[in-house]
Parts: sequence; structure tokens; C-alpha cells
Amino acid sequence: MERGASGGPDRWRVTDSALLGDSVSIVYVDERDGTVYAAVNLGHYGVKLHRSPDGRSDWAECATPKYPSPPEGAEPDRCPMAGIEIPWNTELIWSIAAGGADQPGVLWCGTMPGGLFRSEDRGTSWEMVRSLWDQPARKKWFGGGLDYPAIHSICVDPRDAQRVAVAISCGGVWVTMDGGATWKCHADGMRAEYMPPDQSNDPDIQDPHCMVQCAADPDTLWVQHHNGVFRSTDGAKSWSEITTIEPSTFGFAVAVHPADPQTAWFIPAIKDELRIPVDGRVVVARTRDGGRSCDVLRDGLPQTHAYDLTFRHALDVDETGDRLCFGSTTGSVWMSENQGDKWACVTTHLPPVHCITFAPTVA
Amino acid sequence: MPMVSVTFTANLQRHVTSPPADVAGGTVRDVLEAVFGVNPQVRGYVLDDQGSLRRHMNVFVNGESIADRRGLNDAVADGSEVFVMQALSGG
Repeated sequence: MERGASGGPDRWRVTDSALLGDSVSIVYVDERDGTVYAAVNLGHYGVKLHRSPDGRSDWAECATPKYPSPPEGAEPDRCPMAGIEIPWNTELIWSIAAGGADQPGVLWCGTMPGGLFRSEDRGTSWEMVRSLWDQPARKKWFGGGLDYPAIHSICVDPRDAQRVAVAISCGGVWVTMDGGATWKCHADGMRAEYMPPDQSNDPDIQDPHCMVQCAADPDTLWVQHHNGVFRSTDGAKSWSEITTIEPSTFGFAVAVHPADPQTAWFIPAIKDELRIPVDGRVVVARTRDGGRSCDVLRDGLPQTHAYDLTFRHALDVDETGDRLCFGSTTGSVWMSENQGDKWACVTTHLPPVHCITFAPTVA
Repeated sequence: MPMVSVTFTANLQRHVTSPPADVAGGTVRDVLEAVFGVNPQVRGYVLDDQGSLRRHMNVFVNGESIADRRGLNDAVADGSEVFVMQALSGG
């Protein structure tokens, strides 16, 4: 989508397409060189990763992260919830993140069933991060909605690219301070309503739906969790529940202002068993004070019989912090130029929207 | 070594070039490896990360589904026809 051209300078419109007819699970723009990555799930033929130098042309398949062979003679991994076997196979690519500015070519990739991969050559080859995969606590992870656990959020600290946090449905938040050599689960403070009471505070089984990090204050992270909203102000060491988000604290997407850690946006749905907007009204929830209060933003959004759900990667804020965009399961996309105060519909005719990302200006 | 003809589902052509091939091999694994040796990009479309047949793919040898989806050790004879197809399910 681009702004300008026909329709006036403020009018956004769909201007190009790629990989038509395939299910795209994630799109990622590497700010360091402008390369755009798109992961597709081809069903019969598996998961593939494509890249383009500018997102417009020359799309080409690059390497797909590949799971290593399990230990000879080992008992299969099984989901502790469903008992089904966990395959050592890339079932979905659900997150991509660039390494630091001082790590050209380094990419991280999160997948289902829970493997994290690292590339040093822009996705030409990948290596599994065994230090996370081999954590004994991985046996406790399980799928939330999907069959298997999956890594959907990767936050690389802009101050120090050796500090990386990943969020897993359902496996909590895992942090490395040494570039992936060692990991610790940091989900203290989260709670899981879907577990027996004596296990609800277990960090290893938390279901963060999406995690984002403030660029200007990387110690602040926000999580939209399966049963609530949580915020950390100490680099994911601990989490506090935010109960003020209206009209519901259930949802998938979250965005944080790049310069103001107190400002974050959410797109609520009723609850886990009713994944539609409250009262059939699409709204965006915004806090500007770290969660002490909440604005419910609806100007320009459908307010009657609207049953759009916004998936976890389908909300983004641009580098200014003023412009937001989100898409929904009805193939609709809305844009705001003023932090969500007013919205304009860009289209209602796409397939279900899995991911929205702004393409930053590349120097 | 038996010579075998291998044909891939036409639907695969949208994603990766996979023309019919005549290759040598005594098992389905041999035959597919011979094709991948010439056209390595096809491997990941047919086999999963562990080298097993993808869950929703099927291989027929002279019209019969193979039995060993994991090891691909089903034997092929000289003149066999191997078809690599989608395992259709649902509507």
C-alpha cells in the first residue's frame, strides 16, 4: 500500500501485490538494507521463505529454516496438553527479526513447533538455536489454538543486539543476554486462566499472543496475553498486569509507540471463546499513561455488525509513532495518521490479513 | 540399475520447475534422490525436514501408493512409473 497518487496526498491505496494465492504467515522489512521477507505456507508443499530487495520486484525463494534430526532412538516429543507428537519440522514461520545494526546479515526466525533459528547471511542459510530448543522446559510448551507451540515475537534490544527476547504460544517469554548462548524464561507476573490454579503462574506455560518492545526505552515491553495485558519495565525480568484496557483485555495484537513507552495500542475481542469485537463494533484501545487509563478509539471504524478479528501481527505503528495501520479477518485495512484518533478504511477486499508492517525509509 | 520415469503433479510447477525425468534407482528414495541431485529445490516441496514424505503428499509406483512414507524404501523395477502427487483431502 502507498499514500498519494490518485485520490489525494492523504489517500492510501493498494498499489502492488506478490505471492498471490498463497497463505503468507509473516512479512518483515529489514530496515538495515530494505530487504523484504515473506514466509508462505503452501500446505501440501510445506513452508517456504521468499525475499525481495525492495518488496516490489525480484521475489525469490531463499532457504527455509530446517529442523535437525532428533537424537537417535529418542522418544518422540509430545504435546503435554493434547498428547500429539511434536514434529521436528518447520510447520510455520511466524516471526522474523533483524540482528543489530552491527550484525549485518543476521536474522532471527521463530517457527512452529517452537524452534528458533539464526541466519548470518540474510536467510541464505539457517541454523537452529539449540540452546533454546534443548531447554528441558520446552517439554512443557504446547500449542495455543494451533497444534504445536510457536515463536511469534522476537525483540532484539537496539542498545545491545546480544539481548534478545522471544515470546512463545504457549511457552512464556525467553530472554538471552549473550546472543543466544544461554536463555532464561522471564514470564514472572503473568498468569494463565486456562491452567489449574496451582499452575497458573508457571512461567513456562504462559500464552503471550504478541510482544513488542519500545525502541526508545527497550526495557519496556508490552504483551497481549491470552487472558490479559501485561507490561514489563525492567527488560522482561518481571511483568505487571494491566486491567484497564477496554472494552476487553482479550485480543492478539499490540503496538507500542517507538518513542513513548507509556503509549500502546490493542484491538480487543470479546474473549477466547468469542473472537469477535464487543457489540459488533471494531475499536482500538489506546493507553498513553502506561496502562493507568485507556481511550477507546472508534472514529472511522465500523460500528454496526462488524465481526472483524485482528490477528497478532496485523497491527503496526510507524517510525513516527503517529501513523497506525491494522487489518482484519474480513480483509479490511484501516489507517490512522493521528495515533488512532481517526481512521480511514483503505480496502475491504483483501483475503484475511495476517500481517501489517510499515516499510521504513531506508537510508 | 533399473531405469524409472518420474512425474510430478502439475500443480507443483507453479512453485518450482519439476519436469518429468528418467532416472536410475532401486527404491523410491534412490529415484527421488536422483531427481533432487539435478534439481535440488524440489526436495523441500516433496520431503519434510527429516526426509520423510510430506504429510499431504503421496507417491505412486505403477499406480500403487507407497507403503514406506518415512524411509521411502519401496522397491521400483525397471520401467516403473513413479508419480509424485498431492494427497487430496477434504472438499
